[in-house]
Amino acid sequence: MSSHEYTPSSKFGKWFNDRLPLLTLANHLTDYPTPKNLNYWWTFGGILTFCLITQIVTGLVLAMHYVAHADLAFESVEHIMRDVNYGWLIRYVHANGASMFFLAVYIHIFRALYYGSYKSPREVIWIIGMLIYFLMMATAFLGYVLPWGQMSFWGATVITNLFSAIPLIGESVTHWLWGGYSVDNPTLTRFFSLHYLFPFLILGLVILHIWALHVPGNNNPIGIDIKKPSNDTVPFHPYIVIKDLFALLIFLIIFAFFVFFSPNILGHSDNYIEANPLVTPAHIVPEWYLLPFYAILRSVPDKLLGVIAMFASIFVLVILPWLDTSKVRSALFRPIYKQFYWFLVADVLILGYMGAMPAEGNYLLIARIATAYYFIHFLIILPLLSKKEKTLDIPLSITEPVLGGMPNPAIAKEDFKLKSLG
Amino acid sequence: MKIVKLFTLFLTILTHTSLSFAAGENPTLMKPGWSFQSFFGKFDRASLQRGYQVYTEVCASCHSMKYLSYRNLAEEGGPEFSLEQAKAIAGNFEVVDGPNSDGEMFTRPAKLSDKFVMPYANEQEAKVSNGGAYPPDMSVLVKARAGGADYIYSVILGYEDPPVGMKLDDGVYYNKYMYGNKIKMPPQLYDDLVTYADGTTATPEQMAKDVTTFLAWTAEPKLEERHKFGFRAILYLIILTILVYFSMKKIWSRIETKI
Repeated sequence: MSSHEYTPSSKFGKWFNDRLPLLTLANHLTDYPTPKNLNYWWTFGGILTFCLITQIVTGLVLAMHYVAHADLAFESVEHIMRDVNYGWLIRYVHANGASMFFLAVYIHIFRALYYGSYKSPREVIWIIGMLIYFLMMATAFLGYVLPWGQMSFWGATVITNLFSAIPLIGESVTHWLWGGYSVDNPTLTRFFSLHYLFPFLILGLVILHIWALHVPGNNNPIGIDIKKPSNDTVPFHPYIVIKDLFALLIFLIIFAFFVFFSPNILGHSDNYIEANPLVTPAHIVPEWYLLPFYAILRSVPDKLLGVIAMFASIFVLVILPWLDTSKVRSALFRPIYKQFYWFLVADVLILGYMGAMPAEGNYLLIARIATAYYFIHFLIILPLLSKKEKTLDIPLSITEPVLGGMPNPAIAKEDFKLKSLG
Repeated sequence: MKIVKLFTLFLTILTHTSLSFAAGENPTLMKPGWSFQSFFGKFDRASLQRGYQVYTEVCASCHSMKYLSYRNLAEEGGPEFSLEQAKAIAGNFEVVDGPNSDGEMFTRPAKLSDKFVMPYANEQEAKVSNGGAYPPDMSVLVKARAGGADYIYSVILGYEDPPVGMKLDDGVYYNKYMYGNKIKMPPQLYDDLVTYADGTTATPEQMAKDVTTFLAWTAEPKLEERHKFGFRAILYLIILTILVYFSMKKIWSRIETKI
């Protein structure tokens, strides 16, 4: 893919590379021209790769000690916490790792939304990314069921029951998912099997995601197309590698605080009570990262429509490149989009908060307004903005002194602001 | 700008309404302060040993502790009884073992490797002996309640006369911290209920604190190891981050753009 042809220096290297061009690939990855003005919001791709590997490695070890059986699962988790060497560490890294994974993926997604990274020619990267996100949610849900605590059991009951909303075949589908007439041992064993499978599907999609990224190359904060390689780019190694590493280490410090000093703060205390089909918890809540969707689900009075709304909330993201057709990518040059972007951020946070509260009274009312606004943002505001918004002039390159001789994008940005407001 | 104003207004309304929802819950939990909660927090060893005494003399007749073994009592980071003491403690309990070579089950004194002996044969027996309520297993109880150690401590000491007009069934007690305020466990602690070996005065507050400390340990036996490990890990990460930061500055100094 790089412009110059790569030849390995050693004879064996050449022999091997002619048969499997791994060295050419490695060379491509090191030389990969990357926009030099990427900010720290761009480091989350690397952080997410790290999260995935961490989850797979810790999960592998946990699976060696975990017992997927309704009568033994809870006990086996306690066995891991008490008797397995550093079992507590591995489990807490895995459990908090899921939360950190979602924290990073939300930042990654909202970065793409802000800088228009989903727009042409990066639609396929975006769609693969959404598939990964969807699989991540499925994997996290399946994994949360495995400790077989009260929230595991009742969370599984609530979510699998969603499928019963499908007309005519709903009930059969639900029974088929359960492997019986309620969430029970067959449900647990298949959830374990799928929880083991999905991360590898995610890994495959991540490889495709990166491959698709390497075709057009990275977007950048200014959102303009750049010549590669040029003055606007730096080779991936060492520039981006060291920067990603620095950001990863900061992320790890935060991660470590959760793991070592408040490992249970992101979980629900009810999940330390063994699953009991006869006792329903007062409030059934999913993990924090699924709360916005839970709020959307509950804000629709009809069960089937609620499920449709929930899936639609993800689907509107998938078709986003065709909803927002503005030619300008970065929000830096879209003054009105920028405001609506922050409303969307607030809206999703509000949805998350409402998802944690009981669905009644004012909570429900606010959740409904926020749900409506979520869809209005994507289905009405964005298409309208694409047509009506008066965007600012975009610079021609990252480095070239354009528009008043400002080589630094940050200064250039300030300059635009003054001009546009002034 | 209008939109921004509208939105701020919306947010203000939101925060106000959510605050008013929060009122009318259970009273704030008592917070006696725990030695194990801080960054370098450790369990108070003497309190753990006293707490074990309270558990075994008071709680254990109804509440099981099924994920603990007697060997845990002698392990680092716990009450740290000596191996002899732990063996002696285990020896006080009888367990069913077998079958032996004649195919018979037999009872023998418990060993360090045995799990804590359960007070009831099964859940049904536990329920019928306790007015239909199942005394929850205490192994992870502190982690299984919102509010953790503060909640357990508060419930143990939270018995009061019911408010005027509230009728309680027989065998139901009013507890101001318990969810729903109704509890089937009678008040347990009164002055000098146990005689502490180390001479500490056994007030209800003291016993509640000791037994809660013990339960915090049973729920999180690796807490001290975790805190120690965490301190080292974070220190290591911070140093590495600083080194990487300067390497990054050095490498990027070749390019004029600021990062």
